[in-house]
Amino acid sequence: MNTYYADKKGYYGAYGGAFIPEMLYPNVEELKKNYISIMQEVSFQKEFQQLLKDYVGRPSPLFYAQRLSEKYQAKIYLKREDLNHTGAHKINNTIGQILLAKRLGKSRIIAETGAGQHGVATATVCALMGMECVVFMGEVDIARQAPNVARMKMLGAEVIPATSGSKTLKDATNEAIRDWINNPEDTFYIIGSVVGPHPYPDMVARFQSVISQEIRFQLKEHENTSKPDYIIACVGGGSNAAGAFFHYLDNKEVKLIAVEAAGKGIDSGESAATSQLGKDGIIHGSRTLLMQTDDGQITEPYSISAGLDYPGVGPQHAHLFKSGRARFLSATDDEAMQAGLELCQLEGIIPAIESAHALAALEKMTFKKEDIVVVNLSGRGDKDLNTYINYFNF
Amino acid sequence: MNRIVNKLNENKKLLSIYFTAGYPEPDSTVPILENLERSGVDMVEIGLPFSDPLADGPTIQQSSTQALKNGMTTKKLFAQLENIREKVSIPLLLMGYFNPILQFGVEEFCKKCAETGIDGLIIPDLPVEVYHNNYQKIFKKYNLVNVFLITPQTTEERIRYIDSISDGFIYMVSTASTTGAQGSFGNTQKEYFKRISRMQLKTPQIVGFGISNKETFELATRHAAGAIIGSAFVKFVGKNPPGKIGSFINSIH
Repeated sequence: MNTYYADKKGYYGAYGGAFIPEMLYPNVEELKKNYISIMQEVSFQKEFQQLLKDYVGRPSPLFYAQRLSEKYQAKIYLKREDLNHTGAHKINNTIGQILLAKRLGKSRIIAETGAGQHGVATATVCALMGMECVVFMGEVDIARQAPNVARMKMLGAEVIPATSGSKTLKDATNEAIRDWINNPEDTFYIIGSVVGPHPYPDMVARFQSVISQEIRFQLKEHENTSKPDYIIACVGGGSNAAGAFFHYLDNKEVKLIAVEAAGKGIDSGESAATSQLGKDGIIHGSRTLLMQTDDGQITEPYSISAGLDYPGVGPQHAHLFKSGRARFLSATDDEAMQAGLELCQLEGIIPAIESAHALAALEKMTFKKEDIVVVNLSGRGDKDLNTYINYFNF
Repeated sequence: MNRIVNKLNENKKLLSIYFTAGYPEPDSTVPILENLERSGVDMVEIGLPFSDPLADGPTIQQSSTQALKNGMTTKKLFAQLENIREKVSIPLLLMGYFNPILQFGVEEFCKKCAETGIDGLIIPDLPVEVYHNNYQKIFKKYNLVNVFLITPQTTEERIRYIDSISDGFIYMVSTASTTGAQGSFGNTQKEYFKRISRMQLKTPQIVGFGISNKETFELATRHAAGAIIGSAFVKFVGKNPPGKIGSFINSIH
């Protein structure tokens, strides 16, 4: 049992672990020793649940998408993470981690961000808790995600440009790790996805597992069963998918579909489909699948969606892929943009381009009419308006 | 006997130098090594460049990025070092991140090191426990010394554990930081150097991170077997031809 969850050393099959320099050992060890017991404290759970309800606006609705269902000939439900405060699932995790940081006596928060969603979610909870917040963001991403940079600054965060390497998400992550090495006493690193050294992948998945927990009882109300036939989620690092899959991992009747960003096509040289293009290796302290050269240098992925262009994938997802527990599909930029527009026009919802990749999988699958399909709508598309406008020439 | 172990038995304060292979020029590696030996350096760490060197400060990051742009790879480095033992006799270590070594194949990598005449490895993101359980046998088979890091935050219990499985030296990181010059050492560092010295470890310690000149070298080696200069030397070779290395080394000891 429980073979799809982290073992005590943070491994999922061959993947996971904590491949970190000794300088990070005390901090990671402190977290590893304490995260589960703190998360199980009654007072922690009370505060966490209260904030999820009153601040984030949970539970997020499970919406029966009638017109989408008619088109794809199945019962399609949308898990509306896009309706959360700050516009995506990211905040479930930042609330959890900042409560943990407080209980560990930390006073300063650092985070990495790619598109800026995790940075905004972190800056938000830091403002809420009155804690110092430093967000590392690649110089290239700062230039293309100006509104989110402004949001973080309004929320009181300091945004530090990552100018090393390719100046994007992986470099922002490197800079955050370096900052943590340089500030080992007072600083807590809030990682935004199910990546990084153990216990981060497990901890983030647990905070995001509120998604599958809610799907269970909401589906029961709608369909009188807690089990869908399919759950579909997009995967960059993989936190929204980890949350949507969590309570169903051991129930093989529920088919798990992970959708990666194929960019301009898997073989185009401009893609982020890690399960197809990656090899075993180590990135940001975790053994997993990652895109790299034959020499072991980590390469820069591409996707139209800034939230999916990470060269690795969380170690749990690498294991779900290798073991066959989850089926990995991919959607190109074009397929995702069309699927995003389709959701606007059929259901009146503008999805984040990340989530549009999950929607694009519907077209690639065949369903039975009575199949229950849950698509995790991980975020809203406001942040992507410019990309939509440029793509469709609105 | 391993050259590193022999060198440590000489009972002098060792000066060890780190530089990034393939920087500043693709074929800088061998001339730098020859000049280092000629200048009286005791030991050298040759850095394998990596795209994501997360324990390194700006200087070594930049040298790594440039080396990769210069086309440096693990295979090329072994090719450059093929006849190095005809030219250089001081102990040589390779220092790099684990992913490129994993892609090369750990056993194949160790075998190549042995054939080339490499004496030891420093792999900052290979955790002590993983080495101990999975790789120690392979390293020993090829007579390679594996060097572990300790920091001011490492607990006494863990230092004892690291000491117990170390067989060359322990790399004592001077401060909680990434690599790079600090200017000078304060009381916190001096206390830390003394604390470690009082532990009477079986494995000698060599101090690294933040050593950039004569003053920091002397302070660091007051209680330790030696010290490593990295970023300050990388900066120097970035601006000066290998022939000038002697003047840098003479300014230290």
